[in-house]
Amino acid sequence: MDKFVTLKSIAIPLDRSNIDTDAIIPKQFLKSIKRSGFGPNLFDEWRYLDHGEPGMDNSSRPLNYEFVLNKPEFRNASILLVRENFGCGSSREHAPWALLDFGIKVILAVSFADIFYNNCFKNGILPITLSKSHIDELFKVSSNQKLEIEVDLPDQRINFLVNKFFEFEIDEFKKNSLINGLDEISLTLEKTQEIKNFEKSYYDLYQWLK
Amino acid sequence: MGRTLYEKIFDKHLVSSSDDTHLIYIDRHLIHEVTSPQAFEGLKINNRQLWRKESIVAVPDHNVPTISRDEGIKDPVSKIQVDALNENCQTHNLLQFKMSDERQGIVHVIGPEQGLTLPGMTIVCGDSHTSTHGAFGALAIGIGTSEVEHVMATQCLIQKKLKTFKIQVSGKLYPFITAKDLALFIIGKIGTAGGTGHAIEFCGNAVESLTMEGRMTLCNMAIEAGARAGLVAVDQTTIDYLKNKPFTPKEEMWSLAVKEWQTLKSDSDASFDKTININASEIEPQVTWGTSPEMVTGITQAVPKLSDIHSSKQPDFQRALKYMGLVENTPLSNIRVDKVFIGSCTNSRIEDLREAAKFIKGKKVNSSIKLAMVVPGSGIVKKQAESEGLDKIFMESGFEWREPGCSMCLAMNADRLEDGERCASTSNRNFEGRQGKGGRTHLVSPAMAAAAAVHGHFVDIREVN
Repeated sequence: MDKFVTLKSIAIPLDRSNIDTDAIIPKQFLKSIKRSGFGPNLFDEWRYLDHGEPGMDNSSRPLNYEFVLNKPEFRNASILLVRENFGCGSSREHAPWALLDFGIKVILAVSFADIFYNNCFKNGILPITLSKSHIDELFKVSSNQKLEIEVDLPDQRINFLVNKFFEFEIDEFKKNSLINGLDEISLTLEKTQEIKNFEKSYYDLYQWLK
Repeated sequence: MGRTLYEKIFDKHLVSSSDDTHLIYIDRHLIHEVTSPQAFEGLKINNRQLWRKESIVAVPDHNVPTISRDEGIKDPVSKIQVDALNENCQTHNLLQFKMSDERQGIVHVIGPEQGLTLPGMTIVCGDSHTSTHGAFGALAIGIGTSEVEHVMATQCLIQKKLKTFKIQVSGKLYPFITAKDLALFIIGKIGTAGGTGHAIEFCGNAVESLTMEGRMTLCNMAIEAGARAGLVAVDQTTIDYLKNKPFTPKEEMWSLAVKEWQTLKSDSDASFDKTININASEIEPQVTWGTSPEMVTGITQAVPKLSDIHSSKQPDFQRALKYMGLVENTPLSNIRVDKVFIGSCTNSRIEDLREAAKFIKGKKVNSSIKLAMVVPGSGIVKKQAESEGLDKIFMESGFEWREPGCSMCLAMNADRLEDGERCASTSNRNFEGRQGKGGRTHLVSPAMAAAAAVHGHFVDIREVN
């Protein structure tokens, strides 16, 4: 997994709450057995005017120019700004895969759904939770100008405008995994003996599960 | 100080802890074709082994056709995914209920039905509705594909402790009010993020009175309230359901297990991070009117007025009504539907089909309905229903009787809504595009869906029955 330390980008203001993983990547694209290639279908039903199916040439599909991701200034942005409960619904990891494939590395929201939040960290995406008033302020700034944000994970803060910043909370284990690009399976496999010891006493106690 | 049911299960599976990050041991790993191929691929690339093959049970459900299966899967992309599952199960010698197997069905229906879901277990699946299995006093959580790979390789999951949320439902549900109505009512009260970061324990008389099917419906929808897990304490209803299921322990092992299972309830002095009380007698049949399960109200009510919605939620409200093709203050019973779907991991079990059939018997699907279909949750449910003659009741009324699978709950197979079509659905999500691009979903109980099929619009099941 790629390391995440700092990142500077324009933020894409997507002013909605409860954006679910069906909206992030519609079900017809879940039929792929790969982890990559989902970017062109990120927010497919909002981004295109026609109905998308796997295998289509997305570059020739009619775009919905009202949708924020289609505005030229945001095509290469890496930060997504949203409201409450982002990523609710299905556990599909195709949602963070699609965001990452598009180039999104940071999501700023008032709150995230639990499974999606976890899935982000497994893919080097940093989901940042900010208070409602802070998110409101960022939306306000972005309505008047391009909002450029510098994300500093070690210092747990985002810097924007001149000398403005918000601090954010993040779990130490998750922070460390992102900064060092750690593979969690390798970390857990270092505890192989502990797991084996656990199993021994566990199956003595709960014999019917053996 | 007593412990909650969640804490008891968590503690007995704790392998190690470092600060507030814990490694917990996983007993049962259910897999399906959509969220497992990348995990198997990851194992292969890193040359890692499966830690405990016998913990894994596989079934294809999301992509499978619900019409005759003699010709296999026509959609070549879906076929690749189901073939990949077959191949992975074969390579690793895993238990799989293939599409041709009578026991095939929706992963959250077959686990309990086969006795693969047991009280006190930790259960994971790459599917958010894994919360269903919490009905058995198990800690069941939906995970992403990276975590699927992690559990395959280590038999463990890295977890923070969830907060605990007690939802006490007192009193009695009136006739025709089902677990689905209770679940939707709760989500309407606490919102779709109301349970975020929590494991919800459902308790109280009304929950204890539910059958296992009803408890599964309730826990299934815990995720729609934002909760990672839903739980119901073990009681005699749980034990009676599990006795003699194909994979439950037998003879002395059964007695040993039952003894342990009987301890699986929150202590009377356990403290929860959050508690709410619900009065069961307040609940009427529920119908969602918007694009989030929290946009729900009773059948005697109308779509809310803009002025009744908090200003911060007005943009979402207006967007939802526009998508749904509804105007404020429309009585729910005026809403006409085009299609009716009875199925999904929420409401496709035998009891759900019985409820719908009981209403539909001797009646006809309204001529304005384009399609009314019943998709049983599993081959076993289908067989049971057929032995009771339910298939005939449905077909004689004009319903289609299909093969088991996830079907139009998420429309990954050929079953879907067309742009602008409106559906009375017993599934769990009414998100934009969930049942097909531009499709409009109203979530209801099986009997309410059956009644909408007969009348062509939503009706109060208590009035028309």
